[in-house]
Amino acid sequence: MKAKIIVMPKRAVLDPQGKTVKHALESMSFTGIKDVRVGKFIEVELTGRNKAALKKKMDAACHKLLSNPVIEDYEITIR
Amino acid sequence: MKFGVLQFPGSNCDQDAYHVLGQVLGQPVRYIWHKEHTLGDVECVVVPGGFSYGDYLRTGAIARFSPAMKAVAAHARAGGLVIGICNGFQILCEAHLLPGALIRNRGLQFICDWVRLRVETADSPFTNRCRPGQILRIPIAHGEGCYFAEPAVIRQLERTDRILLRYVDNPNGSVADIAGICNETRNVFGLMPHPERASETILGGDDGRRIWESILHASAHA
Repeated sequence: MKAKIIVMPKRAVLDPQGKTVKHALESMSFTGIKDVRVGKFIEVELTGRNKAALKKKMDAACHKLLSNPVIEDYEITIR
Repeated sequence: MKFGVLQFPGSNCDQDAYHVLGQVLGQPVRYIWHKEHTLGDVECVVVPGGFSYGDYLRTGAIARFSPAMKAVAAHARAGGLVIGICNGFQILCEAHLLPGALIRNRGLQFICDWVRLRVETADSPFTNRCRPGQILRIPIAHGEGCYFAEPAVIRQLERTDRILLRYVDNPNGSVADIAGICNETRNVFGLMPHPERASETILGGDDGRRIWESILHASAHA
């Protein structure tokens, strides 16, 4: 099984990278861009088949290491 | 005062701190490798600047789980002095020894420059040889020095007089111009500027010595 984890900066946290990418897109004449935020994608290969247990384990991993809850939110998909 | 300077793979200000403490201030100092489980007779731990573990994942995120950091956390809980400089500040935040986090500079650029800092309080083992309002000139060198914490945390820091240093001209977007904070028990200090790079006049200024002298003064009057 695989855990696909998306880590994003919290809304309240400055995301200068996202802002810079937005400006670049606008300067390339891409119109209608309201906002850009840049985060991280992490893929973890797992042994075991119990989705709920794997999700719980990855939740703990995200909380302790893979994200910093002070500045980031995360989403986990197990497939 | 016996100092210990931590070394992680990727630390690069460890030798500067070691030089200043040993050669300039004449204090006993030794390195602590990240795999060591104990600190021995070290009284003040310096978590130096650099790019521990290549800044992988987040600055300081991997270093905080090293065996030496467990010993540092125990040392801090027992009231021992800890000073984290630059990457050291980032590591102390990741280790929850200090609140908040350091994120990418507002302007995205890595900034290497002398800055002016205002000492906000002399009530700490790290600033007791300064006057409140005193201006220190000390260099910064970081890409991720923008201090962030929730408004409630900032209010708490202000109420408890735990913001030790503020930037006079905020270079990186730090909330409330914060350059350095201490923990609730005032024995753990994190700051982005580099006092070890400003401890000899031949290097352009020695205002950083006020920080080291404060630590020595605190230990002599403990």
